[in-house]
Amino acid sequence: KVGSVAVEDQPDVSAVLSAYNQQGDPTMYEEYYSGLKHFIECSLDCHRAELSQLFYPLFVHMYLELVYNQHENEAKSFFEKFHGDQECYYQDDLRVLSSLTKKEHMKGNETMLDFRTSKFVLRISRDSYQLLKRHLQEKQNNQIWNIVQEHLYIDIFDGMPRSKQQIDAMVGSLAGEAKREANKSKVFFGLLKEPEIEVPLDDEDEEGENEEGKPKKKKPKKDSIGSKSKKQDPNAPPQNRIPLPELKDSDKLDKIMNMKETTKRVRLGPDCLPSICFYTFLNAYQGLTAVDVTDDVTDDSSLIAGGFADSTVRVWSVTPKKLRSVKQAADLSLIDKESDDVLERIMDEKTASELKILYGHSGPVYGASFSPDRNYLLSSSEDGTVRLWSLQTFTCLVGYKGHNYPVWDTQFSPYGYYFVSGGHDRVARLWATDHYQPLRIFAGHLADVNCTRFHPNSNYVATGSADRTVRLWDVLNGNCVRIFTGHKGPIHSLTFSPNGRFLATGATDGRVLLWDIGHGLMVGELKGHTDTVCSLRFSRDGEILASGSMDNTVRLWDAVKAFEDLETDDFTTATGHINLPENSQELLLGTYMTKSTPVVHLHFTRRNLVLAAGAYSP
Amino acid sequence: MAEEKKLKLSNTVLPSESMKVVAESMGIAQIQEETCQLLTDEVSYRIKEIAQDALKFMHMGKRQKLTTSDIDYALKLKNVEPLYGFHAQEFIPFRFASGGGRELYFYEEKEVDLSDIINTPLPRVPLDVCLKAHWLSIEGCQPAIPENPPPAPKEQQKAEATEPLKSAKPGQEEDGPLKGKGQGAAPADGKGKEKKAPPLLEGAPLRLKPRSIHELSVEQQLYYKEITEACVGSCEAKRAEALQSIATDPGLYQMLPRFSTFISEGVRVNVVQNNLALLIYLMRMVKALMDNPTLYLEKYVHELIPAVMTCIVSRQLCLRPDVDNHWALRDFAARLVAQICKHFSTTTNNIQSRITKTFTKSWVDEKTPWTTRYGSIAGLAELGHDVIKTLILPRLQQEGERIRSVLDGPVLSNIDRIGADHVQSLLLKHCAPVLAKLRLPPDNQDAYRAEFGSLGPLLCSHVVKARAQAALQAQQVNRTTLTITQPRPTLTLSQAPQPGPRTPGLLKVPGSIALPVQTLVSARAAAPPQPSPPPTKFIVMSSSSSASSTQQVLSLSTSAPGSGSTTTSPVTTTVPSVQPIVKLVSTATTAPPSTAPSGPGSVQKYIVVSLPPTGEGKGGPASHPSPAPPASSAPSPLGGSALCGGKQEAGDSPPPAPGTPKANGSQPPGSGSPQPAP
Repeated sequence: KVGSVAVEDQPDVSAVLSAYNQQGDPTMYEEYYSGLKHFIECSLDCHRAELSQLFYPLFVHMYLELVYNQHENEAKSFFEKFHGDQECYYQDDLRVLSSLTKKEHMKGNETMLDFRTSKFVLRISRDSYQLLKRHLQEKQNNQIWNIVQEHLYIDIFDGMPRSKQQIDAMVGSLAGEAKREANKSKVFFGLLKEPEIEVPLDDEDEEGENEEGKPKKKKPKKDSIGSKSKKQDPNAPPQNRIPLPELKDSDKLDKIMNMKETTKRVRLGPDCLPSICFYTFLNAYQGLTAVDVTDDVTDDSSLIAGGFADSTVRVWSVTPKKLRSVKQAADLSLIDKESDDVLERIMDEKTASELKILYGHSGPVYGASFSPDRNYLLSSSEDGTVRLWSLQTFTCLVGYKGHNYPVWDTQFSPYGYYFVSGGHDRVARLWATDHYQPLRIFAGHLADVNCTRFHPNSNYVATGSADRTVRLWDVLNGNCVRIFTGHKGPIHSLTFSPNGRFLATGATDGRVLLWDIGHGLMVGELKGHTDTVCSLRFSRDGEILASGSMDNTVRLWDAVKAFEDLETDDFTTATGHINLPENSQELLLGTYMTKSTPVVHLHFTRRNLVLAAGAYSP
Repeated sequence: MAEEKKLKLSNTVLPSESMKVVAESMGIAQIQEETCQLLTDEVSYRIKEIAQDALKFMHMGKRQKLTTSDIDYALKLKNVEPLYGFHAQEFIPFRFASGGGRELYFYEEKEVDLSDIINTPLPRVPLDVCLKAHWLSIEGCQPAIPENPPPAPKEQQKAEATEPLKSAKPGQEEDGPLKGKGQGAAPADGKGKEKKAPPLLEGAPLRLKPRSIHELSVEQQLYYKEITEACVGSCEAKRAEALQSIATDPGLYQMLPRFSTFISEGVRVNVVQNNLALLIYLMRMVKALMDNPTLYLEKYVHELIPAVMTCIVSRQLCLRPDVDNHWALRDFAARLVAQICKHFSTTTNNIQSRITKTFTKSWVDEKTPWTTRYGSIAGLAELGHDVIKTLILPRLQQEGERIRSVLDGPVLSNIDRIGADHVQSLLLKHCAPVLAKLRLPPDNQDAYRAEFGSLGPLLCSHVVKARAQAALQAQQVNRTTLTITQPRPTLTLSQAPQPGPRTPGLLKVPGSIALPVQTLVSARAAAPPQPSPPPTKFIVMSSSSSASSTQQVLSLSTSAPGSGSTTTSPVTTTVPSVQPIVKLVSTATTAPPSTAPSGPGSVQKYIVVSLPPTGEGKGGPASHPSPAPPASSAPSPLGGSALCGGKQEAGDSPPPAPGTPKANGSQPPGSGSPQPAP
């Protein structure tokens, strides 16, 4: 069993801290730091921006060293003097640091451990680095040189130094930028081939309308997976890279439905914006249920689930079709199993209602996700468990224990069977519904994993974390294949574009960043929200990106235009130096205010109607 | 970057005295300074750590407010037992106390008597969570329905009215989608109308309201027509609904110029024709517009003020001035003007001083008829204590003489007599509370006579009465804002057929009525000597059966500190001589003939125009902390009255929560909830 974070880290602590033992004269620290500051400020413009990156990690390590060696007063004055120089996006970390004033506090402090256990990554051009090295050696500034050597990882590249703007776009995470090689491995971001299903003729129209299909309509179809293929996406992973559940007959019916719906889909674009239907949760009192409505709308958009602070999960039916559960076992045995409408008969009419409440968790429910076949619902909670609920009986089937701390998010794979969860213990876990232990543990984040999302081809999982990085994990081997840095606040929402090429992420800083997965590059920045971006979703064809935020707005962005003129020349790809156009205002297609209702969820139906949800908080 | 400047990172720690206090409370008497210092450092650090974790729970809970449960969960993360018993709903429940050179924050825990808990009826069960759908946007256009925020927020309207240049600039965040990106949105609108709506939307009516265009849409035109017809029409129920719609609907911004013109033209025509009923309806419309929290009327005040003023000071407002109660209309309009002054008077437009001047001028004029005189005084009196003090009191003697000459002199005309009578009671009503404040207690009839002439003795007795009431209720009347800003300014009280004498002004509840007891519900118990506590609400529930001037004060207060055992359970006290001032409107004259209720012919309607001691209504409607009593407490089985009926929710109900289950038919046409097909 995996122990708690603190326990895992415990052995490190003494070793980590002992590195601070060798100390210089505490009174000299300020001098060292201001000496370096002077040097950097006087260097050439082109180097200054790059070398300025050193300030923050050096500041933190010097401060921690002072604290560790119990020079409290020196530490205090050092902090007072220089914390104002740091970039504003480090504010949150600085606040934690400022409260840390004693050696005893360092034990078990997570932020401190993050700093000690991981090397802060800086990307600096060779010229700038040489300049720094020469300066430090000239000045015999060993204190700083030691820190640079031991605690920083300087990723040196050849060529032009980056501009201030370029640097600002990429920094901000807890441990600096991603190393370049971290984003080099190949990612199969293409979509899996859709299994071929004969599109039924018109006379079978009503067949599609009946979900779950009545048995008389279940006629055996030829399983055509793998035979005559559509055009294979060159970027797609091999079909059997990870084992996926076989399609059931009902799934095929669903696919047929899906295809039919697709033909009725509204083509969206800047001139044709989608309609938004807003579902407001009323009476979700702040005190009573603390409005943490995390809900998921199923693929056919007939159910809405909300997780509440009072530990309940509530499922609503938003169509006139009410929710019914299956009859009791005794009653079931009386049913004629050969009858045509057996699937109808097993349902208990007496239980029909618009709302079902699922009791089982013992803490606020933070995440909910429907399975693609609408038979199951997952929920994750503060109590450290993920629960699987049956939507046939409205009971809990399994409680998955593994996270010992609150589980912030969970999501089903688009093909069902697998699901992923992430929580306060800083890891994301991959599960299969029929295993009570996780199949993979994705470890590497330095702070809570706030949100998790499956890639449309189910081979990758993206996680967003409070350490202000987004990571992409390979489900096959559990490796981290992409690290995206650039957010300046904890990441609270993620979404993949329908074609699998792009990722959009939203954070507490109110910005939405767009990433090219194949190249591992940031490709866009959408500014406009003034508070945490809680939900992101692409339209079914990927033309529109909708974002919902705590600032009570839904915003629509032109995704086509955002991805249109990508700089994918060799130099950019090789170095990862990006120039972001400042075009947020052009890309913004619409802003829709709600009445003091934070938008916690967004969903595009198959016909491209936007469903949004949130709890009214007067 | 600006944030960087603002945020000041400093390592604040708890004062070491706190540690001493805590130690003492644990029974440790002497604690060394050094230990204290160590403890404060440690405790401060831990508290910060927990607070940082708690913030995490707040963020994940998608809330803006940190709650006590967040802290509990943060403690749980650290494997610390949560703090039990702190379940603050809204505020931090700590009280401050100082004394003996010490300052303390403590958690107030009242001793509660178990029997009280047992005897208190159970509170209402809170409503369950429910789901409500509405259209946030239809093909890129936000429909103006109550569930959505108003298209042009009040601040923006205000900005447009006061600083037109500034607001003309595009690029306001709020308007980004439509105004800012006109070229992008406009074609979308066009297409949306030409093209058939996508199949999904066919169920719901199409409600496209491009905000940038100033022509009214067909729906708006229909709405305008319906509303104006209902407002001046004959059906009282419909009128109530229409007025409620005007008072609450968020999407009326564009129709405001039309409404304003409608009102001013309407007044112009109906004053000439002496159509009292219509004038009343129009004034009620003004009131409803004023009450609408999403409208900013400044731009239309120039049209509204003359109309309202006309209704105050016009020489004749009705066909039969001797019978019809046009006084009520004057009172009502006077309060409206006071409200307008309060809201819109600034140093640049000087509305208040201009209005005051007009009133004074017409009052001072010797030839002014009694009706206009009455209106001017009412208008001045509603403007507040200071105005009464400086403008009315000095003229009391003179006015008293004039009144006496009419009342005691040879009967010249009945109309003059009635007018003088009204003016007298008006003066008494308004001046008594002010005098009660100004003068010291021993009220001497002679002193009053010396100062105020013939009105003296009457004034004196009124002042005595006012004092008694003030002492009784432990609060004072503030005439300025009393009726208008009160959440429930007016209440209707309909009574069974009753041939009682009509006593205008002050109404004595007739003794022979076979109706239940008239009760005043007070939110605060009678706690005599205290200076006025926050507002109180009175509801006239029913009239007393035998004792004519006896009302029962039902106190429901639980918080009046000095009132001992009477606090928790409803207590009925009989308070003599507390009379609601009830205006009387007779159906026959004010309501159009067709509205004559189906009941017995001689039905009379009493409108409580002003209520006895009602606390200081200083704050606006929103500032009333006491929960609104259930609307059912003022049943009016015989239908609303002409002036104020059915207006009960208008003043105090907050803007409707999106989809609050409330059956108001006041939404603009076609704002039903959508049923999106999957």
